[in-house]
Amino acid sequence: MKRISRTLAILLSAALPGLVCAAEVKVAVAANFHGTLQKLAPQYAEASGHTLTLSSNSSGAFYTQIVNGAPFDVFLSADAARPAQLEKEGHAVDGTRFVYAIGVPVLWSATPGVVDSEGKVLNTGSFRHLALAEPRNAPYGAAAQEVLTRLGVWDALEGAGRLVKGNSIGQTHSQVATGAAELGFVALAQIKTADGIPGSHWIPPADMFTPIAQAAVVLKRADDVEAAKHFLNWLRSDPVARQAIEDAGYGLE
Amino acid sequence: MQLSAQDLTALWITFKLAAVSTAILIVICTPLAWWLAHTRWRGKTLIEAVVALPLVLPPTVLGFYLLLLLGPRGTVGRFFDEIGVGHLAFTFTGLVIGSMIYSLPFVVQPIQNAFAATGQRMMETAATLRASPLDCFLTVSLPLARRGFLTAAVLSFAHTLGEFGVIIMVGGNIPGRTQVASIAIFNHVEALDFAAAHALSAILVVLAFSMLIAVYAINRRFKVVGVAQ
Amino acid sequence: MSIEMRFRVDRGGFALDVDLTVPARGVTALFGRSGSGKTTLLRCVAGLERAAGGRLVVDGAVWQDARSFLPTHKRPLGYVFQEASLFPHLDAAANMRYGLRRTPEAERRVGWDEVVELLGIGHLLDRHPDALSGGERQRVALARALLTSPRLLLMDEPLSALDHARKQEILPYLERLHDELDIPVLYVSHSPDEVARLADHVVLMENGRVVASGGLSATLARLDLPLALSEDAGVVIEAVVGEHDAHYHLSRLDFPGGSVFVARRPEALGARLRFRVHARDVSLARERVEGTSITNLLPARVAEIADADTPAHVLVRLEAQGTAVLARITRRSLDQLQVTPGMQMWAQIKAVALLS
Repeated sequence: MKRISRTLAILLSAALPGLVCAAEVKVAVAANFHGTLQKLAPQYAEASGHTLTLSSNSSGAFYTQIVNGAPFDVFLSADAARPAQLEKEGHAVDGTRFVYAIGVPVLWSATPGVVDSEGKVLNTGSFRHLALAEPRNAPYGAAAQEVLTRLGVWDALEGAGRLVKGNSIGQTHSQVATGAAELGFVALAQIKTADGIPGSHWIPPADMFTPIAQAAVVLKRADDVEAAKHFLNWLRSDPVARQAIEDAGYGLE
Repeated sequence: MQLSAQDLTALWITFKLAAVSTAILIVICTPLAWWLAHTRWRGKTLIEAVVALPLVLPPTVLGFYLLLLLGPRGTVGRFFDEIGVGHLAFTFTGLVIGSMIYSLPFVVQPIQNAFAATGQRMMETAATLRASPLDCFLTVSLPLARRGFLTAAVLSFAHTLGEFGVIIMVGGNIPGRTQVASIAIFNHVEALDFAAAHALSAILVVLAFSMLIAVYAINRRFKVVGVAQ
Repeated sequence: MSIEMRFRVDRGGFALDVDLTVPARGVTALFGRSGSGKTTLLRCVAGLERAAGGRLVVDGAVWQDARSFLPTHKRPLGYVFQEASLFPHLDAAANMRYGLRRTPEAERRVGWDEVVELLGIGHLLDRHPDALSGGERQRVALARALLTSPRLLLMDEPLSALDHARKQEILPYLERLHDELDIPVLYVSHSPDEVARLADHVVLMENGRVVASGGLSATLARLDLPLALSEDAGVVIEAVVGEHDAHYHLSRLDFPGGSVFVARRPEALGARLRFRVHARDVSLARERVEGTSITNLLPARVAEIADADTPAHVLVRLEAQGTAVLARITRRSLDQLQVTPGMQMWAQIKAVALLS
């Protein structure tokens, strides 16, 4: 019985060119985009029949793992540099790299009234700890550093040991959400909900930092390159997907 | 092979953390280990299981709950806030508390076993030789349990040197305060600065190894025997 | 001058119920089979077991009663365990100093040199316990206990963990202890040999109770105790060296009621010696028998007759002016000789076992 249905499946797929078999696409997704992608995954599954398996980590960690043979099919980074690097080093499939979202860093506190709408709290310094992602590894952290440097408060805060550097934006969010750090720089996508943004926040003007272009790429190690490409195409061009990304709190190219 | 000043500071914090938490643990755990070795209370197994709990909890989970407890919203954190010290998240003190909880079983168990191995007879003998219970503890039980104390100290110290999960949650990675060598190495790896990662790791291993050799060598010089029959 | 003890211990399958007074002089042996409670009793006296409501008065000093309990480390006693229990992290001398240091100067009566000489351990002082033999360890343990100048020395089967040769090595030291130091001893043992050699007073225990308590000779001579039914049944007699016969290489030992001749002894005239006479080595005659090779003949009066361990035999206790002797004869002989209490007879002692 099994052999018959298998033969049937093979015949059918041969008879219907262009119909791709249901595949599993393993996605390495940066921490800040993880929540958004989780919401999109069922929609993609419905549209394509493929399932997405998501792993979340910092982009830096992913880069090292991919270079050392981690079995991912697609990499959604928090920056543009690492996908470019992977392509240069031959780990990525040429022509698949594109910017899937523009990140928006936000100075946020879980407690209302802590962060004013102009970010002046950074100057008054009436807080004990400010959390951010490690600038060397996470673009949101690098952006945070740029903002703080622009405002002239970086050296003072760093020298006083009041900056808490998390190893991923996910950890930073945790630290601020639990109140362990009174405020911190997180991704807008992490705190934006259907009912607005809880607590208090300030979105720094775009000219204060280098734009956070988040790029994606298909990896050469992918089990099913076609399925992987299909997913990224959908992410890039499908109107439902694009709307969802915007609603989540990202900019689009 | 050049280590940055920040890396050297991280090493210093690491060793300081290991030394402080080990020292405090040994002092606190000795009475507990003594009690566990001698009590016949039925609830003893329960206490032993609680002591062993940090062995099975994932460090990051432990770290997360510690963060909540020690932070401004947690019971302990609020207490310290009220008495003016400030909450303990992202402080060296917070790290010491985290390390102590994490290394607790490594200190209690060897000492408890050493006390238990000494046995009732030695203490009864000391009593018949006019030694009060405290006297007997200091002059007989402690010396005979020396090996257990050494094992406890070494295990706790070494364990704290390599600690990561708890520290990364509770610590906050603040240079000069809570950034330890393990976190610094991790950051180097993430930033793809492998040269710095290798250098720092090598120094950490060499220092720890030399320390362990010194400790075991000293131990060998003092003849440590079991109870002669 | 006595030691009064009253203890009641109830522990699962074992109960100790003792109400006893023993002299505060000499060696009192606690004798009985294993499980008879002797060690428990000793531990109660030491305060290592807390018998609720117990009572212990040592030479007038109350160590324990209904209202108070002196903890072990406050009791001026010495304790020697079955296995030496020397502190392994100290050498022999340090072990010995351990108790000495904790004894207030005013109370120290036993001297270091005295003890070292008494127990012959001078050459062992700088050795660690694991470099000592079992016998040496026990001697050091004994020295250690003595150096606290105890008012009472407790010994829990100190020789039972040693082999025969070691035992024989140590027994003379224990005897010297007994002769030269004025410290009362409670000595737990299940060895009749040790008891015979060392004890002045015997407490016989069975199933946690005291079955008999009395002077050594008197108790051993009793026919109503299990002692009499053992193979070793017999008496112990304390005697004094009266004469040495150079020609025949004999020594005469005198005691109240008579004398015996033994092979020539090295001890001086007047020295005290103990010897044992087993019931199986004593036969009886109605008249003094001439023309016999048995040298030791003792006139004595029949005091009591009882059954022996086998149906063919009986035990007869005879008294010779305060000295008791047991004889084991056949029932047939008993009837043939028409032995009755009160009768004057001759005890023929075939063999004498000297306890030194």
